[in-house]
Parts: sequence; C-alpha cells; structure tokens
Amino acid sequence: MNITQILFWFLSVVAIFSALMVITSKNPVYSVLWLIATFFAISGHYILLNAQFLAIVNIIVYAGAIMVLFLFVIMLMNLNKETEPQKNRWLKMAGAVAGGCLLLVLVAALKDTDIKQQQALVNEGNIGLIKNLGKELFTKYVVPFEISSILFLSAMVGAVVIGKKE
Amino acid sequence: MPINYYIFLALALFSIGIVGVLTRRNAIIIFMCIELMLNAVNLLLVAFSKMHYLKNAAADAMTTAGTDGQLFVFFIMVVAAAEVSVGLAIIVMMYRNIHSVDINFLNRLKH
Repeated sequence: MNITQILFWFLSVVAIFSALMVITSKNPVYSVLWLIATFFAISGHYILLNAQFLAIVNIIVYAGAIMVLFLFVIMLMNLNKETEPQKNRWLKMAGAVAGGCLLLVLVAALKDTDIKQQQALVNEGNIGLIKNLGKELFTKYVVPFEISSILFLSAMVGAVVIGKKE
Repeated sequence: MPINYYIFLALALFSIGIVGVLTRRNAIIIFMCIELMLNAVNLLLVAFSKMHYLKNAAADAMTTAGTDGQLFVFFIMVVAAAEVSVGLAIIVMMYRNIHSVDINFLNRLKH
C-alpha cells in the first residue's frame, strides 16, 4: 500500500465522515464548518488526481466564498442556536431508508459493470494544469464562458432585487 | 487508482446529500446538502476525465482528452455560485416575511 492509496483512503474517510456530520449536526454553524471540511477533503482528491486548477478553485470558490455567504446568512438570522423543531421520528427514518435504498440500488447496478477494469490516472498527467485548461477555455469554450458571465450578472441583479426591502 | 472506488465514493456522498435533503427541515441545511451533491458529481467528473485521459494517453502522449470533463466541473462551480447567491436571497426574504426557515411553514405557497 503506497502513499497514494493511503492518502486516497484517508481523504475518503474524512469526506464521508464530515458529510455525515453535516446532516447530523443540530447547530447550523457546525454544519457549515463540517461542509468546509468536506470541501477540503474533495480538494485533496483533486490534487491527488493532479487537477490542480480545480483544487484551488474549489477551495477559493466553495470554501472561501459560498460557505462564507452561508455563515453570513446564518449569523444574520441569528440561527446559531438549536432552533430546529422536533420533527416526526418516522419521517426522519423514512428519509434515511429512502437514501440508503438509493445507495444500495446504485451500488448494485454499478458494481459489475465492465468499466471497473479502468483506472483513473493519479499523480501525473498534465490536463488538469492551468495552461491546458486555460487554452481550452479561451478557444473552444469561449462562448459558454461569456454566457456564464451574463449568468453571474443576472444572478447579482436577481439577488439584489429579491433581497431589498419593499 | 481503480475508477470504481471513485464511483462508490461519489455515490456515498451523493446519497448522504439526499438523506440530508429528505430528513432536515432547516432550509439552509437543505441548501448545503444540495451543494454536497453537486460536489459529489464534480468529483466523479474529474475522476472520469482522468480515466479518459489515461485511455487516450497510451496512443498519443500529447493528448488533451479529458479536458472537457474538467471544464464542465468549472462551469458547474460557476452555476452553483450563481444559484447560491439567488437562493440565499430567497431564504433571507422568506425569513423576513415569516420569521422562520422551517420548510414546513412553506408548504402552502402563500402566507
């Protein structure tokens, strides 16, 4: 078992454990912090796959911007106490069973596919570097890139319009 | 690293996100679980991109196969950021109107 495999299993365990803590924490602030831990673990996976640009973007955009927005909203609403009302225990159990059944069905469907002889290249390969991605982004994908800037503009206008007082 | 490890890891994260959406009633936590599901899909896209690259790199060492998958991940992140800003604005407006973020108060689509 070499260092790459050890890192893979470690990051997987961290990701799944912190994802479970996201949905079981009572306090929303703790949920946000565990979600940040999940994003860091997923960024570790990206680094392991040598997708360095996406690893950095994941940390900057998700852990840096989006999660700060979540924390800001939670603290703005003063939700940082355990305000979640007691709910029907059976409903909670039914949700867990439904999710577990989905996982079971998907794993059973995918465990014997012939894709499983394939390997994902770890630690090498230069398609994830910013040189290659930037060249592709500004030649082949330049129209979607510009359209996404319009999407950002409209989202910004929409957020301001929705969020302002009557 | 075999590709099915990544498939099962992404499936586990996605299912945890679905369980969170189904069991929690705080709208912000439901929103965070949606982000978790998006990230599971992103991880799987990157893993498949590297798988595709490895398959093509045997024939041609200078190939750029698999770049598309990583750019899709980039665009998913862009759309997720826009979605979060609008969604949190809606949640703030909802909190201002009904002083709660419990989704059970929202099942009537009126107030």
